[in-house]
Amino acid sequence: MAEFSLPANSKINKNGKVFPAPAGAKNVRTFKIYRFDPDSGQNPRIDTYALDMDDCGPMVLDALIKIKNEIDSTLTFRRSCREGICGSCAMNIDGRNGLACVSACDAVRGDVRIYPLPHMPVIKDLVPDLTNFYAQYASIKPWLQTRTPPPPDQERLQSKQEQERVDRPSACILCACCSTSCPSYWWNSDRYLGPAALLAAYRWIVDSRDEATGERLDHLEDPFRLYRCHTIMNCTESCPKDLNPAKAIGEIKQMIAERRV
Amino acid sequence: MSLRSPLGRVLGLGSARTGSEHWWAQRVSAVALVPLTLWFFISMLALGTLEHAEVVAFLSGPLNGFLTLLLVVSLAYHSYLGCSVIVEDYVHGPATKIGTLLAMRFAHLVAAAAAVFALLRIVFGNHTS
Repeated sequence: MAEFSLPANSKINKNGKVFPAPAGAKNVRTFKIYRFDPDSGQNPRIDTYALDMDDCGPMVLDALIKIKNEIDSTLTFRRSCREGICGSCAMNIDGRNGLACVSACDAVRGDVRIYPLPHMPVIKDLVPDLTNFYAQYASIKPWLQTRTPPPPDQERLQSKQEQERVDRPSACILCACCSTSCPSYWWNSDRYLGPAALLAAYRWIVDSRDEATGERLDHLEDPFRLYRCHTIMNCTESCPKDLNPAKAIGEIKQMIAERRV
Repeated sequence: MSLRSPLGRVLGLGSARTGSEHWWAQRVSAVALVPLTLWFFISMLALGTLEHAEVVAFLSGPLNGFLTLLLVVSLAYHSYLGCSVIVEDYVHGPATKIGTLLAMRFAHLVAAAAAVFALLRIVFGNHTS
């Protein structure tokens, strides 16, 4: 039957360590953060950090960096650009996937609950294992494939309209917010490619310079790789770059139907 | 423990080159069900009482019988397609998956055949006995 039991280390201890606010703090916010260290042999726990927001930047990432620098250096998370273009700090904030660097603490009511991206293996604390996610991206061959040799004296040209078709999908930063918000991806991520990889596939399918459109559609036409998408649209809802993977997947399905009739 | 590369695992057995028929059939049967279900519910509500004799009399009409037959067949087909997806989504492990799929498919076939048989009996046969 379907598996209803949770894998090992799934049960979370809600009463982890508590770090009180510094004395004299007036503007205090509480951050409840998922902690897991596989080397410790213990189940995950929720640690509570109280921060003085008058002495902290406005974004969730500012708070995480403050905690790591000043309160608890064992807190582990990925971050790099702190301006929403690298996709490193994707995590689940207040029940929604997003980038910590562009999510304001003020947008959350009550305690700020921070968990790693859902349903991924956790390496430590807020760091998920994205190996399978990146392999799925690689599997769609995210590069230009042509048979026509390049013109000797110039680039391969595109019209303005043709460029506009790939302009938005190219803005994907592979943060994995969309794929890890998709229930269908949760149940079948071993075979379903997920919205991020499918949006990337779409970006090359609609590229006017690419000459492997048919092979790309062949590669996707599969009950699991593509058709596990049940149009739930959490992907579009969660995308921090305001992209629309659900629409791209719908258009891929339409193109596959189009070449049959 | 497997030392196969992550890309090798993702590529797996390759694309099945199918799935679009299923997707298309689910939409076609859904479209067919819109007028058929509406017609059926409006007709049932128009009957007033839902006494056995009254419903049987309604179903024995040639047009009513024919449309109900279409409804039953498209409903069973649509449900069969949808339930397959649910099983494929949630039931993992090859043996349990194939087993559940088989049981689900036979159940649909039996239900559809029984409904069609009953309808034909009402329209053409001696339905009083």
